[in-house]
Amino acid sequence: MNGVGREHRLRLATASLAGCFGCHMSLLDIDERLFDLLERVEIDRSPLTDVKHCSPCDIGLIEGGLCNAENVHVLREFRRQCKVLIAIGACALTGGLPAQRNHLPLGQCLQEVYLTGPGIVGGQIPNDPELPLPLDKVHPIHEVVRVDYFIPGCPPSGEAIWKFLNDLLDGRTPRLGHPLLHFD
Amino acid sequence: MSQTVFLLDGLPVAFSEGQTIIEAATAAGVFIPHLCHHADFAPQGSCKLCTVKANGRYVSACTLPAKDGMEVENNTPDLNDKRRTLLQMLFVEGNHFCPACEKSGNCLLQALAYELEMLSPHFPEFYPDRPVDASHPEVLLDFNRCILCELCVRASRDVDGKHVFALSGRGIGKHLIVNAESGRLADTDFSLADKAAQVCPVGVILEKRRGFSVPIGRRRYDQTAISTQLESPAVPR
Repeated sequence: MNGVGREHRLRLATASLAGCFGCHMSLLDIDERLFDLLERVEIDRSPLTDVKHCSPCDIGLIEGGLCNAENVHVLREFRRQCKVLIAIGACALTGGLPAQRNHLPLGQCLQEVYLTGPGIVGGQIPNDPELPLPLDKVHPIHEVVRVDYFIPGCPPSGEAIWKFLNDLLDGRTPRLGHPLLHFD
Repeated sequence: MSQTVFLLDGLPVAFSEGQTIIEAATAAGVFIPHLCHHADFAPQGSCKLCTVKANGRYVSACTLPAKDGMEVENNTPDLNDKRRTLLQMLFVEGNHFCPACEKSGNCLLQALAYELEMLSPHFPEFYPDRPVDASHPEVLLDFNRCILCELCVRASRDVDGKHVFALSGRGIGKHLIVNAESGRLADTDFSLADKAAQVCPVGVILEKRRGFSVPIGRRRYDQTAISTQLESPAVPR
């Protein structure tokens, strides 16, 4: 791969906030090209490495929107540590599926899920102090930090992610034309 | 007398007297992005997606008649940037959750976002609280996706002669309403055979029980860019 030694690999971190890991599954959908990718990048904090905190990185890929305080904390750490931050998928870009609760009062959501929903007997709303507090509304990540690039899709295809990362790693302006650019 | 011609991005386009810029361009096979324009209806000029620069001034291509010798800019970075910004404002102003929308892949708003490479909504989301109306036996109304193009208003008024739809309110409070005392579509004489049932460019007026009969990925704008499909934007379901 371009004669770049493994010691010169760029560092890539990934995280899933309020997402379903579908975008990470799409990343894995590049299949055996993962080996080509690993010739060019070293994976830092990521659900794939199970590393929990982000070291200084070149590229950060963020899936999912912000639905609780921990999401905001992780996002801010990513922004601090990553030179280039990429929002990936509908949830990171628009709030996505989790944001469909934005039309309901949060208290009403919690009550229905934990107390009054069908089949619930003796339920209680979780209140362990270790649990991150939910946000009043779900937000896309560009409303909290500066985002350098966006990859839309639910999820974006493996092909789209591969094209995007290769453009970036090769020093081109990443571009998704038809039919890789998709919102669904 | 010689043929009347204007220049569109430097290329000569012939037109007949009374044709608008977008009509002449479409006849010549040149795509101008648009949402509220529809070949079957009188020009509306509200969405401004078709904004072009004619003799140095920003104008709506769907309302301005072409003139001999006019110089029109259409596919330029400046105009496409402005059009993309308009799209981003439309996206955040409504609830356009494409992954859960039956219209995804057949949607004009989405297809233009692909065409103009809109990668993010850019602006803060409004997440407006808008109702759905499932009262009608054949048609669902999901107001979350309305972009106020008034195509259904025009179709119902001018073609169907029913006046089923109207816009109400001002400014950011403007919204689509159903002309019935109850406000419900079931309490009008609206029918699936109406022109108004066929013209919605986005996913507001949806035929029930058809949702995913054509799967996502095999729809009109999934594989082919809208700019290469120049016939009427009325969307097949």
